[in-house]
Amino acid sequence: MSILVDKNTRLVVQGITGREGAFHTARMVEYGTKVVAGTSPGKGGAAVHGVPVYDSVSQAVHHTGANTSVIYVPAAGAPDAVYEAVSAGIHLVVCITEGVPVLDMIKVRAFLDQKGARLVGPNCPGLITPGEAKVGIIPGDIVIPGPVGIVARSGTLTYEVMYALTMRGIGQTTCVGIGGDPINGTSFIDCLRLFEADAATEQVVLIGEIGGSDEEQAAAYIRDHVKKPVTAFIAGETAPAGKRMGHAGAIIEGGAGTAAEKIRILRAAGVRVAQHPEQIADLVAASM
Amino acid sequence: MKLHEYQSKRIFAQYGIPIPRGEIATTPSEARRIAEELGGRVVIKSQVLVGGRGKAGGIKLAKDADEAEGLAGRILGMDIKGLKVETVLVDAAADIRQEIYLGVVIDRAACRPVLMASAEGGVEIEEVARTNPSAIVKTHVDPFLGLRSYQTRDVAIGIGLARCLWKAFHKIAAGLVECFVGSDASLAEINPLVITGDDGLLAVDGKMLIDDNSLFRHPDLAALRDASEGTWAEAEARRFELSYVDMDGEIGCMVNGAGLAMTTMDLIKLSGGAPANFLDIGGGAKSDKVAAALRIILADARVKAVLLNIFGGITRCDEVAAGILEALQQVETNVPMVARLVGTNADEGRSMLADANLLTATTLLEAAQMAVAAAHGAS
Repeated sequence: MSILVDKNTRLVVQGITGREGAFHTARMVEYGTKVVAGTSPGKGGAAVHGVPVYDSVSQAVHHTGANTSVIYVPAAGAPDAVYEAVSAGIHLVVCITEGVPVLDMIKVRAFLDQKGARLVGPNCPGLITPGEAKVGIIPGDIVIPGPVGIVARSGTLTYEVMYALTMRGIGQTTCVGIGGDPINGTSFIDCLRLFEADAATEQVVLIGEIGGSDEEQAAAYIRDHVKKPVTAFIAGETAPAGKRMGHAGAIIEGGAGTAAEKIRILRAAGVRVAQHPEQIADLVAASM
Repeated sequence: MKLHEYQSKRIFAQYGIPIPRGEIATTPSEARRIAEELGGRVVIKSQVLVGGRGKAGGIKLAKDADEAEGLAGRILGMDIKGLKVETVLVDAAADIRQEIYLGVVIDRAACRPVLMASAEGGVEIEEVARTNPSAIVKTHVDPFLGLRSYQTRDVAIGIGLARCLWKAFHKIAAGLVECFVGSDASLAEINPLVITGDDGLLAVDGKMLIDDNSLFRHPDLAALRDASEGTWAEAEARRFELSYVDMDGEIGCMVNGAGLAMTTMDLIKLSGGAPANFLDIGGGAKSDKVAAALRIILADARVKAVLLNIFGGITRCDEVAAGILEALQQVETNVPMVARLVGTNADEGRSMLADANLLTATTLLEAAQMAVAAAHGAS
């Protein structure tokens, strides 16, 4: 069992002929993901690493039965790629692209909510269900199947945690990178709800950072609805106020969104909070 | 990206928002000429990208052109929170009866822009939020419907605005939302919006932040960037598309990924040190970018040790190693460096660095502890 992606995932890669799209298509195919199609307007009929290319997502869905899409197109075109995928009937869209303007994301979110479709990202590493499917850019060799669900706002920091768990022989059901933008498609709460309902997931790791109030809302949700043990880590204790720390969403505004406050609220909700990423593995091992 | 007050107000004016008559000056004599043209009392306002200009003495009222010239002479060149005043705005002084606050920001939790107003203008909205939150009236802006007139009426009623001002208030609020959306802003703020003695409304001070991610479609706004925004290192990092924030510690760090870069800083502190900077080289960085990053870190004389933490994914550790070697050829340094390379091509990267006299670490915590020990040994 797992959440969102598994062996039934039939993936279409939007922007498959680009540098990033082609490179990561090869990695996803190698991993065993069912990459059934790619799109690149004007290049229909070509193939990339053996994957057939179509001019549009609706053609790709029609010919291959694709049910999930991953987007590698540049920021200016990414919102359109989301609209196209959802309009073609795709229910899970994963947007890797970094740098999408926040006002575009506001419209995308309103559109998704109307259509009942799910977006993971943007500005995220995607997701991986070890041994079944890898959708995005998470390295396949640092995960193993097991009982821990991971949800995170960052990329490489999450790799650290996966690696630390894997090194200790602790595997994962699914790892989801929800992205570092101020407005994104999937929240911590969405993933917590899915992990809580997933029979194979025994505990959850949540990796947050400064900025916004996603972690605070997740804490309230955990307190009221999550019975499985949750371990968290919050990055940015040393971050100064008012400065954007790389991620567009990682900024302490008007004194709100500090790491100390998030940690305090998570602890009050019964979440164990690690002091550093490697300690997450200790805490997870202790409650197995 | 932050805009100056005068830039923000000029953009407001394009959206029909009334602003005081005024011009910018870079010399006292220019300030005199502007004050003469405006006639009467003027306000001399330093244009620097920090808050608290008034308290720092960077905003003064002049009764005539003579005084304007003298005050401009004192304000130009003044140091406000580390920034030198190069430009002043000379505005006609407003006849202020009351000050209110009007602003638009993104409400992340609601996934909508939100218009906020308060009868307590002239003070920071965060201050009002702390001391008197009920004084702030809010309304969300639907991305497809925009701001409707009933909403601005509700806000006007909420802040106790006189009926005779509702129409003018709607025009300004709707203009501000249009300006916010049209400029891809993350903040558009009029503080204070002044009710004048003759029952008019006037945007006396303005502030805008533009979403950096949107600058590709706003070349006109991108051209407004003040090259002096932030420190030298931050401006230099921007040139190489590196994400960099200055800190005041002694350990420079270079990391791939924003979350991991913040965590690396946190672990330096946990190990008893203090980070000199935040630096994310981004995904898939090539050697020239890595070399630029290391040059920027080493240009900071306070740096007593450098910590390089790379978790290879799209970023290849051998590319990073090549960049480090390139930088070390360009910059002579005896600052101790700790490198931790994991993931894609880490073995190749480590063997390239073997002869470069770098310390190597396996885990992140170990790397942070080694960097702190090296910094303290060096100082």
